[in-house]
Amino acid sequence: MRAPVLVHDALTLAERCKDAASVALIGLLLGVPMVGLTTVDQGGALQVATRWPLLGAFVLAVFVGRLVLRYSIDRVSAGKRLRERAEGAATASSAGGAGWVRQLGIAALVLALLMPIVFSDNRYVVDTATTVLIYVMLGWGLNVVVGLAGLLDLGHVAFYAVGAYAYALLSTQFGWGFWAALPVAGGIAALAGLLVGWPSLRLRGDYLAIVTLGFGEIIRVVLVNWTDFSGGPNGIASIPRPSFFGLPFRPPGDTPSFAGFFGLEFSPMHRIVFLYYVILLLCLITNLLVTRLRKLPIGRAWEAVREDEIACRALGINVTGVKLSAFVFGAMLGGVAGVFFAARQGFISPESFTFNESAIILAIVVLGGMGSQLGVVLASLVLVLLPELGRDFSEFRMLLFGAAMILIMIWRPGGILSRREPTLRVARKEGGA
Amino acid sequence: MALALQQLINGLTLGAVYGLIAIGYTMVYGIIGMINFAHGDIYMVSAFIAVTAFTLLAAAGITSVPLALAVVLFVSVLFTSVYGWAVERTAYRPLRGSTRLAPLISAIGMSIFLQNMVQLTQGARVKPIPPVLVGGFDIFEADGFTVHLSYSQVLIIVVTVLLMSGFTWMISRTSFGRQQRACEQDMTMTGLLGIHVDRIISLTFMLGATLAAVAGVLVTVYYGVVDFYIGFVAGIKAFTAAVLGGIGSMPGAMLGGVLIGLIEAFWAAYLSPEYKDVATFSILILVLMFRPSGLLGRPEVEKV
Amino acid sequence: MSDLLQPILTVDRLTMRFGGLTAIDDLSLAVPARKITAVIGPNGAGKTTLFNCMTGFYKPTLGSVRLNHPQRGVLALEGLPSHAVAHRAQVVRTFQNIRLFPRMTVLENLIVAQHNPLQAASGFSLAGLLGLPAYRRAEAKALETAVGWLTRLKLIDKADVAAGDLPYGTQRRIEIARALCVDPVLLCLDEPAAGLNPRESAELNELLQSLVADDDLSILLIEHDMSVVMNVSDHICVLNYGRKIAEGTPEEIRNNPSVIQAYLGEEEDENMDASTEGAAP
Repeated sequence: MRAPVLVHDALTLAERCKDAASVALIGLLLGVPMVGLTTVDQGGALQVATRWPLLGAFVLAVFVGRLVLRYSIDRVSAGKRLRERAEGAATASSAGGAGWVRQLGIAALVLALLMPIVFSDNRYVVDTATTVLIYVMLGWGLNVVVGLAGLLDLGHVAFYAVGAYAYALLSTQFGWGFWAALPVAGGIAALAGLLVGWPSLRLRGDYLAIVTLGFGEIIRVVLVNWTDFSGGPNGIASIPRPSFFGLPFRPPGDTPSFAGFFGLEFSPMHRIVFLYYVILLLCLITNLLVTRLRKLPIGRAWEAVREDEIACRALGINVTGVKLSAFVFGAMLGGVAGVFFAARQGFISPESFTFNESAIILAIVVLGGMGSQLGVVLASLVLVLLPELGRDFSEFRMLLFGAAMILIMIWRPGGILSRREPTLRVARKEGGA
Repeated sequence: MALALQQLINGLTLGAVYGLIAIGYTMVYGIIGMINFAHGDIYMVSAFIAVTAFTLLAAAGITSVPLALAVVLFVSVLFTSVYGWAVERTAYRPLRGSTRLAPLISAIGMSIFLQNMVQLTQGARVKPIPPVLVGGFDIFEADGFTVHLSYSQVLIIVVTVLLMSGFTWMISRTSFGRQQRACEQDMTMTGLLGIHVDRIISLTFMLGATLAAVAGVLVTVYYGVVDFYIGFVAGIKAFTAAVLGGIGSMPGAMLGGVLIGLIEAFWAAYLSPEYKDVATFSILILVLMFRPSGLLGRPEVEKV
Repeated sequence: MSDLLQPILTVDRLTMRFGGLTAIDDLSLAVPARKITAVIGPNGAGKTTLFNCMTGFYKPTLGSVRLNHPQRGVLALEGLPSHAVAHRAQVVRTFQNIRLFPRMTVLENLIVAQHNPLQAASGFSLAGLLGLPAYRRAEAKALETAVGWLTRLKLIDKADVAAGDLPYGTQRRIEIARALCVDPVLLCLDEPAAGLNPRESAELNELLQSLVADDDLSILLIEHDMSVVMNVSDHICVLNYGRKIAEGTPEEIRNNPSVIQAYLGEEEDENMDASTEGAAP
């Protein structure tokens, strides 16, 4: 992928150092205004503070990093050439790839089912796992749009917000229950997707990115400013939590409750675990739907549109319709995830629906492997768990996301798990006919 | 009437800044056909460099406003253009000829990276600087309302007009301009003619960054505050300006910038200041729907 | 030889301008049914633009394109969007620079080509999600069609390989097989022999002839490879600078002085004679 491919043994150490030094010089130029200098507020006025040691370390890191990177790239490409020469044009397709993905998926499912039983008294673990699953659901929804249909949607969070506010308003204003509101809010989000997608999907691909970005901002600005409707920056509070088939999770009292009905001792963990299983169920339904749809004509058309729009048109496929269906389906899944989010938090405000959130969901899809369901799970785990490991990391989280998105695109434009399973195969007995 | 005149002045000032940023989008789009999502953040970086530079100069006791401005502009342009170069070299060049989605995602990644890099190194708080240019002209007074034209507004408009003239001259008359236009038409052929295409693309990014840097300095002088988020909103608006004017067209970018600035100023004054961003984005969507080639752009013929 | 009484496609006074450039200038053309018609001409003569105008990718500036569909009557192609040209008029094209779905398998490429009937059978995915028998039957039938063409075009061994991983000549065949899966009445091939070796282009000749003889297809092709054009065409139309400069049987075209002068030139002429030697009439 690197522009000049140099044979590694053609470079002397001096040449390597010279190359690294010139990169370090660029690093110095980039670093002086950002790393070397900063302004700090001192008594109401800004003062310049210098961090020369940090800058020195930064430039040194760039120098060493470049040396190592260059060397390893050369090694890898030289090795690849050698191997290619040795093996000829032999295609190195590993047939066993599909099996382990499936096994890993089943293992993950078993783990997910057992997790709250094992950690039934650890609220923190179950809560974090619930957050992971929300991102899995969001990731799977966006994966249909970006990974399968190849449409860059930078405003997925808007549909998440639409779902969340739809449930919040339906429940607080009209007394709707969680399960009744779920499909309706999903439908409203799908309608929003239709409204955004219909005008913008007939445009060139990169315009869609900017229109969805703008739409995400419009939704946020409206939520912040239309106080009568959305509560403005204060958001909407005391959103009812989902109940267990009509039995609320609360200490036993006059009205029947979950604990009372089953004769259990009341514990706040009941609701936490219940919420976990609800999102797990929603995720499983999503997964089932997406897996099935991928093997149906519409799913294959999504992928075909991603691969070559013009060829699709020449084969009689209405490209706008196909794109719209992917976009609306993704929006609906985002809306359903939003309903769950609102029900779980009990409180929502526009702060939860910023561009950063869209960027995180996109990062999950991109890092995990576009089109890969398991990849989304792994990426969600990594992106949610790593910041939990320490405060230091969470400060660097978005910085690393950004860097990772660039590196992954350069290294593997298809994402880390980019292996694609065919949706159908020729039955061999027919093949011989 | 007086309010309208005032908003005209404010809108033109704002529009000039959007126009300067929009040219960066339009040039990059023209030459490699991608949206450089990180361009708004380049502008933000330059605003931070300007804040640091102004603070340094104040600490050094330099009080001459023209001198300070000249030095800050120079420093900011210098460093920001290196940023423009580095962005292209690291995030976009390795992806030339890759899938359609890859450079877009890489650009988003770069935008997120720059925003958070600045937030980490410079702090998340808003940075205020003491006013650089104070005062202005009171040009008109009616029913108790004074129409004010500040020196910083004059500065923005004058600098923008000068830069634009210089730029137009460079693209239409110099050898670089010819090579740049040749690359826009057909990159492969230009390369075959012995022109170093990579260098032209790098220079294009540096030039876009230069204009964004000037915009960053001017905005810092005008508003006196910057934060790490300004690039995001300004970036979308400048992109809207580029699309409105016709992406790929440089006069279009300037025209689009001015129009967006005026719409925003008048919308804020007469309708509702809270929804001015909604107005901009709605215009973007409407333009894309009804005139995707913009006001001055040529309609695109799809390559089959 | 050329049976122009029953044209399947009639291009009438077609003009296509891009700004100041006139790519097609007042072109009229009749494509006979169940025959192979070739459009030839030097680079930039407007051949691909003609295809683009016929198949809805460009809106012609002036003129009309009429399809005489065997079941659906006369259809005006110039007003249809590109997907309707393939779906409703069953005029299906291939591309000069092959356009496959590279990450999908060969079989999937051919199944995608049957999207419209399959999508209808899947009841907007509802019947498909439920796995209803009607959908299962439609899927089995689509698979059968795909396997049939794959077998006939000797691609069956490659059915489960990603299309983008295959060699150029194979990709050309896949694109033709995919177009055939749409069930066309008129097949438009844009340089199907480009990049093929002599053996592959001989196979292509056979295939094209059998499609017309056995499957009642009408074929319109753009081609530079004279060994293909002269061997298989029933009718040839020569374009230059967007105008038709000659039309007729291969024999007539070969001896047409204005074609030789305007297009073929000295060397090309020899080339043509050499390549047509031993050709089946």
